[in-house]
Amino acid sequence: MKFIDEFRDKELAKGILKNIEKTSKRPVQLMEVCGTHTVSIFRYGIRGLLPEQVKLLSGPGCPVCVTPNQDIDLAIALSRQKDMIIVTFGDMMRVPGSTSSLQKEKAEGRDIRIIYSSLEALTIAREHPDKRVVFFAIGFETTSPTIAVAILRTKEEEIKNLFFLNSQKRIPPALYALLQSKKLNVDGFILPGHVSAILGTRPYQFIAKEFDKPAVITGFEPLDILQGIWMLIKQIEENRAVIDIQYGRIVHENGNPLAMQKIEEVFVHDHAQWRGLGSIPDSGYRFRESFKTLDAGHFDIEVEPPREHPECLCGEVLQGIKTPLECRLFRVVCHPENPIGPCMVSIEGTCHTYFKFY
Amino acid sequence: MCLGIPGRVVEIEKNVAKVDVGGIVRDISLDLCPDVSVGEYVLIHTGFAIHKVDEAEAHETLKLLRELAEAT
Repeated sequence: MKFIDEFRDKELAKGILKNIEKTSKRPVQLMEVCGTHTVSIFRYGIRGLLPEQVKLLSGPGCPVCVTPNQDIDLAIALSRQKDMIIVTFGDMMRVPGSTSSLQKEKAEGRDIRIIYSSLEALTIAREHPDKRVVFFAIGFETTSPTIAVAILRTKEEEIKNLFFLNSQKRIPPALYALLQSKKLNVDGFILPGHVSAILGTRPYQFIAKEFDKPAVITGFEPLDILQGIWMLIKQIEENRAVIDIQYGRIVHENGNPLAMQKIEEVFVHDHAQWRGLGSIPDSGYRFRESFKTLDAGHFDIEVEPPREHPECLCGEVLQGIKTPLECRLFRVVCHPENPIGPCMVSIEGTCHTYFKFY
Repeated sequence: MCLGIPGRVVEIEKNVAKVDVGGIVRDISLDLCPDVSVGEYVLIHTGFAIHKVDEAEAHETLKLLRELAEAT
């Protein structure tokens, strides 16, 4: 077993789709929270295969897309400092800040590097003891433990020239905010499989208990997604609301306690600013006192005031209130070569996915 | 961004494993998933194993998928 091809079987998909059709008795709107799901759903044409009355909405689960301008502007301002190296994950390079992007700054000669793993930041810092290295760290719970490990090692190994610009986010508080806002018309959630590999089921219980909505933690292959949708429709038709796991090969009820412990060693929960969703309590992290010296957010530098493009609908798209097709900029001036908002930059951004597959 | 791919552990040295992903072997940190053995599959995310792949559960899911496809 390779754990991939087995979950892409076309004949099984046809059978499951028939079962979905049979089970679905009323119109439903389901939200896939995670950008990786959005890409899979479009890549395999799942929206077009579902019965007319089963609609899928894309949610806020793209960390690049929800990073607010002020954080990007700060990373850009840091990159302009003397003897500074900025390292970050690839997708962040092209995201426009208020007036520039890391990619544009790199073209201007700033030292900005893409890393694949958080541990590469340590290697770069060791290789350049005469420079300050700042890791612009973004990501949800899938990535945060890996960033926490890098921070713990930086301290253990007494690397003095590596700092972290923390723009990480937590998914459950964002879902809480979405549900509370009541702007969202959704009957159930396809929950992110890899965020949940870390979290398990406990942090999502409020979705069922407080808001009476069903949710299924789902894998990313087409059969996983179809089964997740079927499980949601079944719950809706039976008037049940529980947090179920479809992705049992990766997600256990308790998640990965060691990974969560690493996050907790370094960070405490704090409010965070999300593009489109505003400031959400407990949806981010701040450094614990003992790690504060590694926080690049405290560098004393001047940052331009943040500005958003007035017509960009990224914020509404991230909340599932609007689709990219309703944005005046979509395809006209905003496209992957010239992204106006971050949802068009990230390969998992809803606008980028719509552009590619719609 | 939350992409994860399964790979088979072929060698372990301290907290780093050599993991085979479709024929390409990469060094993967086991800091977050230390309790694995050679031959087992792990889910890889940004150079880290973040969870073991539960083979028995994978078979169970496939069984359910077959039942679901046939129950029409």
